[in-house]
This record gives sequence, C-alpha cells and structure tokens, in this order.
Amino acid sequence: MSNIPADLRFAESHEWARLEADGSVTVGISDHAQEALGDVVFVELAEVGVTFEAQGPAGVVESVKAASDIYAPVAGEVIAVNEELSGSPELLNSDPYGAWIFKLKPSNAADLEKLLDAAGYKAAIGE
Amino acid sequence: MGQRTPLYDLHLALGAKMVDFGGWDMPLHYGSQVEEHHQVRRDCGVFDVSHMTVIDVSGPQAKEWLQHLLANDVDRLHGCGRALYSAMLNEQGGVVDDMIVYRTETGYRLVVNAATRDQDMAWMQAQLGSYQVQLQERSELAMLAIQGPHARQKIAELVTQSRGTLIHQLKPFEGQADGDWFIARTGYTGEDGLEIVLPADQAPGFFNDLVGAGISPIGLGARDTLRLEAGMNLYGQDIHQQVSPLAANMAWSIAWEPAGRNFIGRAALEAEKAAGVQFKLVGLVLEERGVLRAHQVVRIANVGEGEITSGSFSPTLSKSIALARVPTATADRAEVEIRGKWYPVRVVKPTFVRHGKTLI
Repeated sequence: MSNIPADLRFAESHEWARLEADGSVTVGISDHAQEALGDVVFVELAEVGVTFEAQGPAGVVESVKAASDIYAPVAGEVIAVNEELSGSPELLNSDPYGAWIFKLKPSNAADLEKLLDAAGYKAAIGE
Repeated sequence: MGQRTPLYDLHLALGAKMVDFGGWDMPLHYGSQVEEHHQVRRDCGVFDVSHMTVIDVSGPQAKEWLQHLLANDVDRLHGCGRALYSAMLNEQGGVVDDMIVYRTETGYRLVVNAATRDQDMAWMQAQLGSYQVQLQERSELAMLAIQGPHARQKIAELVTQSRGTLIHQLKPFEGQADGDWFIARTGYTGEDGLEIVLPADQAPGFFNDLVGAGISPIGLGARDTLRLEAGMNLYGQDIHQQVSPLAANMAWSIAWEPAGRNFIGRAALEAEKAAGVQFKLVGLVLEERGVLRAHQVVRIANVGEGEITSGSFSPTLSKSIALARVPTATADRAEVEIRGKWYPVRVVKPTFVRHGKTLI
C-alpha cells in the first residue's frame, strides 16, 4: 500500500498536484509512481517560462530501469523548477511528496477539480 | 504466470518486486537496486540464479563433440575442476549462446542462459549427429550466486568443513563437486565470489541461512548493472544470433589453435577476419547528466554510426555508462542521441569496474 495524502489531487499518469495559497500549483510524482520506477537517477527538468498543456509532456524521470515521461496535470506556465533534483534525484524516492518537480501558474485553477482526489487515485491504482 | 524457482516464496517473503525474465518470475530488487549493487561491490550478496539452465554432457565423445560445438576449446581444461567461458556459434558465426563450461568427473557441465534454453537445447540436439554423447538437463537443481569481496570468506563459515576447505582452495574459474553440491569460483559481477549448484529442496534452507547471516539478497536489477560495469555481455542485448563474437569483445574466447579444429562458425569467422572486422564493442561514458539506453544511436565524427547495446546508470561511477557496437575505426569521443538531442560521450575499453576498482 502506497502513501496517498488526502490533501492532494492526482493525475491518472501518477503526478500529484497541490493548489498553494498564492494560486500556484506544485507538481510531483506519487509514492506509487516512485515505487514502480525504482531508484531514480536523473530528472530532466523543464525551463522556467515554458507553457504546458494539460496532460502535455512536462519532463522525464529516469530510474536505473527505464525512462518515464511526466505530464502536466493542468495547463499553465512553469514558474519554478526544483533544482535540488539535479544533484539529488533520489529525493523522488525518499520523499515523493516533499520533492516537488515544478510549480505552475495554472491557466485555470478550477482545472484542479478535474483531477482525481485521494480516494479516486487509490481506486485508480487498485489499492 | 511464469516459471518459478524453488526460492519464489522466499523472494516474496523478503519483499521482492517480481518481474518476468525469459519466462521466469524473478526478483528485480528487494527495495533498492542501487543499494544492492553497492552491497555486492563492497561486501557480498546472494542471487537466485536457479532460472539458468544446467546441462551435463557425458559419453565417450563428449570432449570431441564440445570441441566441434564451441568456439573455445575444452581441451584447454587441464583436469577436473577447471572452467572456461565460450561462445556457441551458428554456421554464420553468430552467437547462439554464451556459457561457462566446467570439466567434471563424469564429463562436462554447461551453464547457459535461461531465456535461450529452448534454442540452445534444440541447437545442441541438432548437432549431436553420430557423436556418442549424452545430454542431461538438470532442472531438478537450483543455483545460487554469492558475489562480492567477502563472499568466499562468509560462505566458508556457513557450510560444512569440507565445503569450507574447498571454497578456500578454489582458484578463479575452478569448480568442484562436494557431495550433492557443485561449488565454483565464477560469477557475473566482476567481483570475487561463488556459484553453487545444489538440489532444489536444499536451496530455500541455504538461502535462508545466508540471509539470516546478514548476506543481502540481490535482484536481477543489480545483477544487470554489476555485469554492465564489469563489461560482461548480456545475451539478447549485446550478443545474439546475428552478432559475431569478433564484434562483441569476445575474440579472446575463440581458440584458433589447433588450426585443424573445425568448430561450428569457424569458416565464417575466418572469412570475417580476412575481410576485416567491421564493428567492435566499446564502452561509453556520459559525462553530462542523463542515462544511456539500449538502441540509442552513437555518432562518431568522420567515422560513422553505431548503436548502444546495453546502457544504464552505473552506481559505482555515479554516471551513465553503456556498451555500444561502433565501426572498428572508432575514436575516443562520440555523441549519443537521447530524445532528439546529441550528448558527448567518452569512448573507453568496455570494462568499467572490476574488483571494486574503477578502470576508466
């Protein structure tokens, strides 16, 4: 059983999203995703200022085993990336909900409502 | 559901993430494959390799038959207990499989790959002709590999006195029977260690004893990064039926002398040598962040193109490494295409780490 915090929203492609008080959206990958990937050794980060479409490609997480695309859970402009992951990609394994990957200024904050809640994500991954 | 080794239930109890490997349900890792990798390089760990195929060859013409079947020459095995690595080739000089051959009291023991079991058995049967040889597949046996700088010392303390003595006496590439166990100083990690073939019903107890003594179980994930760092080929990736051993860093394992030994594939290899070998297997080191993967294209300025055959992240070097087949001329720098972008790589000899030491 993986950890699924109740205060987050989830995409079926296993990213989590959190709406912050300032209106930005923080994005990472779920505990279930990091578990399936195995040891993460490289994260290809986006550049600040680029715009993502909802479900559009938003970077790559490489584990020892394989490369996996990550997708933007909602549309928006990248306003920050977690540079700490360049030197310590394994943080995605050890602290998947602390180690965020990027922050978006969402095109429409209401889009978060379209994502799965914790119960929905739990069902989606069959737990 | 795939085939299961006698240790399947133990793997689950130890929390293994199981994957399909050549039709077998095998442990990929028991938590972290990077940690397991370090464990083997620094101390020791135990692998379940019971999926591998053990074939005993006996009969009055066992030696003559193997001298015909294999690119290496079993006549080099001076005495019971010696072992060698060999390719088994097709008539076109492609690699049907690679294996370790042990000389035993009753003949020879071959240990071949799991995923190639059917193709190997069919090929060997087809080459028997009128040779007076018996092949016996030993699927009732299990096999454990215990690898790492402390492996022999630790195992010697956990087995009977006679087996402990044997473990201390064995030189690299030697293997001897002791009762119903066969103990060899061979492996697939680039570290010292043992491979032990034993009756399947004894395997869970022994594996449990090892884990109880603090020897970590290691999955196939770390097995792959360890062999890649050691520059050892993986059948199906770096070598296969369409690849010549001359283009796979295996020339050293071909016994050309005596010139009259007509092993299968010899004529094709001699023609290839005469024409000039077009490709070679090299090592690549990515200096930037990223991960090299099989099938990525390698570009060498003014020379030509090649392809990565195995690539991954090297836990020992903390950077990505790969084996690649490139034009023989090669160079000391190349570029690899990763997701549409070209990254510079260093071209090195395809042995990155041996006995805990970095070689590049």
